[in-house]
Amino acid sequence: MSEVLNVPTMAECMAEGRQPEILFWVGSAGSYDDRAKKITRAFVKILNKANVDFAVLGTEESSTGDVAKRAGNEFLFQMQAVTNIEILNAYEVKRIVTACPHSYNTLKNEYPQLGGNYEVLHHTQFINDLITSGRLKVESDNAFKGKRITFHDPCYLGRANDVYEAPRALLETLGVELVEMKRHRKTALCCGAGGAQMFKEPEKGDKDINILRTEDALKTNPNIIATGCPYCNTMMTDGVKVKEKEADISVLDVAELIANAQGE
Amino acid sequence: MEYLPNILFAIILAAGIGYFAKNVKKLIRNIKLGRDADVSDNKSERFKNMAMIALGQSKMVRRPVAGILHIIVYLGFIIINIEVLEIIIDGLFGTHRIFSVIGATYGFLIGAFEVLALLVFVSVIVFWIRRNIIKLKRFWKAEMTSWPKNDGNFILYFEMVLMTLFLVMNATDVHFQTMNLGNVISQYMAPWFSGLSEGTLHLIERGAWWLHIVGILVFLNYLYFSKHLHILLAFPNTYYGKLAPKGQLNNLESVTNEVKMMMDPNVDPFAAPPEGAETAVPEKFGASDVQDLSWVQLLNAYTCTECGRCTSECPANLTGKKLSPRKIMMDTRDRLEEVGRNIDANKGEFKDDGKQLLGDYISTEELWACTTCNACVEACPVSIDPLSIILEMRRYLVMEQSAAPTELNNMMTNIENNGAPWPYNQMDRLNWKDE
Repeated sequence: MSEVLNVPTMAECMAEGRQPEILFWVGSAGSYDDRAKKITRAFVKILNKANVDFAVLGTEESSTGDVAKRAGNEFLFQMQAVTNIEILNAYEVKRIVTACPHSYNTLKNEYPQLGGNYEVLHHTQFINDLITSGRLKVESDNAFKGKRITFHDPCYLGRANDVYEAPRALLETLGVELVEMKRHRKTALCCGAGGAQMFKEPEKGDKDINILRTEDALKTNPNIIATGCPYCNTMMTDGVKVKEKEADISVLDVAELIANAQGE
Repeated sequence: MEYLPNILFAIILAAGIGYFAKNVKKLIRNIKLGRDADVSDNKSERFKNMAMIALGQSKMVRRPVAGILHIIVYLGFIIINIEVLEIIIDGLFGTHRIFSVIGATYGFLIGAFEVLALLVFVSVIVFWIRRNIIKLKRFWKAEMTSWPKNDGNFILYFEMVLMTLFLVMNATDVHFQTMNLGNVISQYMAPWFSGLSEGTLHLIERGAWWLHIVGILVFLNYLYFSKHLHILLAFPNTYYGKLAPKGQLNNLESVTNEVKMMMDPNVDPFAAPPEGAETAVPEKFGASDVQDLSWVQLLNAYTCTECGRCTSECPANLTGKKLSPRKIMMDTRDRLEEVGRNIDANKGEFKDDGKQLLGDYISTEELWACTTCNACVEACPVSIDPLSIILEMRRYLVMEQSAAPTELNNMMTNIENNGAPWPYNQMDRLNWKDE
């Protein structure tokens, strides 16, 4: 049994008559996917450590509709969006943080037109703010110091929203040796999961996209492949397994690196 | 008889410009076949984008070799065209180098043109080598069938010939060479013709002069039929390009209306439409043909110069899938032209030809291979958005035809039933807390 996390829900906050500082949007992957749940827990560990007054929607949260929209089902997307917006607005949510770039993009860019206006942050941005404002301290002498780490830019964080610095700044805080892949930032290669690809078999081709991207990463000879998206994490983890490198290289979310560097 | 050359020149000029104008009208008509798009916002930001991306070539130089060579050809094209103004005045009024009266400045200008002409010539040779000898991968992808390949080479030959004619014209102009003003390149070419009589020299000079201007007019009219239209359309296209973050895909308003009705508890679903209300046919969701796309997307298609930077960065294409963002744009233009010809042939009215963009040009296999990663959008040097067309066609497949791949249908059913793409219970959403 791992440590007990303090995870208040919006409903509980409302019952206590208080408004938390920020809502943590967990996302479907972060809620149900076994690997992504670890990222969710790591991020909450950070939130708890920094004494952030946050809450989640819990069972009131539903898919943002990102994947439905990209599959072409605008109806389903807007049904999801309108339902979620009703709940978020009922709780008078102003700020949202999420560990999923797909939720981040949809909440930030596609909800406003449907009546959902929030300040939306990716967890790497939020953790960065915690560090710069002194609310969270990262030991300069930590488990990852000097480790060779390459960062895979999630499409929906990087190209889609021009967030390239926040995750890299966190890696720098850890004192790691950041090595860039040849294709990075604006020209980063997709992991292969976006646009609803996560949920279907790829079309006929001569290679899977996550394998090509894993090869990009392996060329940097890393100890760790870091990313900031649960889907990218799955794709890269699978790629590393196919290349039989899982004993030497781990695929970790930036939040996991920060959380685990804290020690217990 | 004295005015024969002037009259001939005027006729050629009028014909060249007239035919071009006629095709431009057709081009505008075709683009307007698209659906409305409101792009009247943020004028200053749009002008800035046009200035940076089209005028300033900011995205071209991301690939330095092609980028710098392209800037040379682009500058050469714009600057040397000042010379065309002189040619037109000389041609119409029978003068010779009318601008030479300004003296030293003229020498400087012509000198600059000559240097640029040589640089353009060299750059175009390098471009030709990249296409035909080095065979850069992106110029040899599946969609680069015979016409797109030839088109690319024809443009290069045109430019080589035009630059040569310009320099030969100067080299054989005895009067100009005697002036010795601005003949920085042509003075080294003049000796090639040294054995010839003054009469022959004059004949060559006149020949080069005429071929140069006729060549320019032919090239102008070639544009409409070629991928080279980008030299004009890059400007409006970057102006009308997407301003929102790349990840933001448009929300369909027609869907919003229906969703709002569905979610509104006060709406009576069985209510008869109010008296006199129009029973309008609901708008088609998504796109199956070019008329379903927005006019900006159609402008995108005409602007594409088939450089293939998009395709060379597309994860699906890089891993051997059929999808190529460049092909999406080429298909859209090909189909649009076909629709345009259909309208021309049927007295301004489109007659159903049993074909459409979806299926006859773009296959569902291509559409479903896209990861919506925006690499193609980021790579395009002139702000073309192939992803938006792919999304519109997926919308048609899913919302009009229910033709999504089975796994995606399962995924969507899961979202409908339990609010997640996987078949897990909504009540288990917070279980991670205690695991």
